[in-house]
Amino acid sequence: MSDEDEIILSELDDDELVQQMFDDLYDGLREEIEEGVNILLGRGWQPYDILTKALVGGMTIVGNDFRDGILFVPEVLQAANAMKGGMAILKPLLVETGAPRVGKMVIGTVKGDIHDIGKNLVSMMMEGAGFEVVDLGINNDVDKYLGALESEKPDILGMSALLTTTMPYMKVVIDTLVERGIREDYTVLVGGAPLNEEFGRAIGADAYCRDAAVAVETAKDFMARKHNQMAAG
Amino acid sequence: MILTDLLSERGWLLADGATGTALFNMGLQAGDPPELWNDDRPGDIRALYRGSVEAGADLFLTNSFGGNAARLKLHDAQDRVRALNRAAAALAREVADAAGRPVVVAGSMGPTGEIMEPVGALSHAEAVEMFHEQAEGLKEGGADVLWLETISAEEEYRAAAEAAKLAGMPWCGTMSFDTAGRTMMGVTADRLPRLAARLDHPPVAVGANCGVGASDLVRTVLGMAGQNDIPLIAKGNAGIPKYVDGHIHYDGTPALMAEYAVMARNAGASIIGGCCGTTPTHLREMRAALEATPKGPPPTLDEVAAKLGGFSSEADGTGGAAPARRRGRRRG
Repeated sequence: MSDEDEIILSELDDDELVQQMFDDLYDGLREEIEEGVNILLGRGWQPYDILTKALVGGMTIVGNDFRDGILFVPEVLQAANAMKGGMAILKPLLVETGAPRVGKMVIGTVKGDIHDIGKNLVSMMMEGAGFEVVDLGINNDVDKYLGALESEKPDILGMSALLTTTMPYMKVVIDTLVERGIREDYTVLVGGAPLNEEFGRAIGADAYCRDAAVAVETAKDFMARKHNQMAAG
Repeated sequence: MILTDLLSERGWLLADGATGTALFNMGLQAGDPPELWNDDRPGDIRALYRGSVEAGADLFLTNSFGGNAARLKLHDAQDRVRALNRAAAALAREVADAAGRPVVVAGSMGPTGEIMEPVGALSHAEAVEMFHEQAEGLKEGGADVLWLETISAEEEYRAAAEAAKLAGMPWCGTMSFDTAGRTMMGVTADRLPRLAARLDHPPVAVGANCGVGASDLVRTVLGMAGQNDIPLIAKGNAGIPKYVDGHIHYDGTPALMAEYAVMARNAGASIIGGCCGTTPTHLREMRAALEATPKGPPPTLDEVAAKLGGFSSEADGTGGAAPARRRGRRRG
């Protein structure tokens, strides 16, 4: 790096620093993100503002470029890793200050399905966006989902299936939630290569997510709606 | 080596079709690993292999796609890697030797399913070890060549190359180009033949398998062609999966796959087969079309789209037409 390229984060004003953090997230620079978070904290920023304005804002750009075929999985994972560096600093402070949490998700591939790479990507990107993620792994039957919903109390249930033969099991899980009267307690997101929006609607999910970037955007959308409802109620 | 001999003799070879979707039709239950059938239901695996051979395939893949330790561990069968791969290849050897003509047994090796360093946790050494263990099993069973497929990361491709070298086996390696024309990890079509040629133990042939539909696959072959002399492989899906009454149904007809085979060869592929949804019925029509049609000039993208259907993305995955990446200010 030449002297001319050297950017001293602490010399940037707040707006410039946030813009620079967007760039650094995009480039997956974990140490720089950690430094930026600490500088903003030193300037008296609320942890929740740093999370939403600097980190989630930057990851939104990453997510959009992933969706548009400009960035691919390796770059996105590096960005998510940089984001996690910032989150590690913010997490205890967010709890301390009683900040609203971004959201919590329980996720797993459905019974019969052993294809987990898509689900793993969603987990990593959701964490990158500030969500807490509980990953149930592969091949989950309805009891495992129900158990996790009860013990983890997430906002979102994510189900993934790669096979056309396993997709219908998602409906079994959702029907069980309905039977128990707890369907409305969760946002249910589904994903996987053979699925489409029509299928998502047909089985009673809240949304179908085409890829990990869409999953994050959709999850954020539903969380915002939930917060608005709570504020209104 | 039988594969290169046959290829230079004939100029093109017909590879097989689907394994996974065929096994589901034979009663494989979703969630169960197909590789266990090598031990538990050898008769069905022989029937699967025979289906391809009797349809005219010159080469078929063993039932060992998920037969590495990382995948089998999900079923607590990680201790059976070597035996299951050996069995997969031994059954194949039996069928190939009884064919009455030269047929190549290609030992299938699919991805580990893990993300490799630096972005993921799986180290190069661990990946090499996993592929090597599988490769030794396939070799013992009598595979002629190792066949790496559905790979998306360059790191994993390299690890498998090293494993093939350790096993002293020739190999072929295809990637799956399913994300805006590139692999999930961003590898472009034109890059694959170049990176393969630079490997310490280069593959006998490189190419594309699975991915989106037949039209995308031919476009990928066009992107790979002309980079160097490595023979190219095309193994595309029989159309797009559709969900019909709870069953898997690929919308590509045998006639469409016959068109695809001819176009893939014109695009530059010399080993041509199918992937998901491709049945022996498809293979028969593909073989007939390849035999009846002389090789022609490479198709244009418009011709591909007109005959095989539209593409899944605008970018062709060669990197040339990709939208610009946001410029970071720090390190180029």
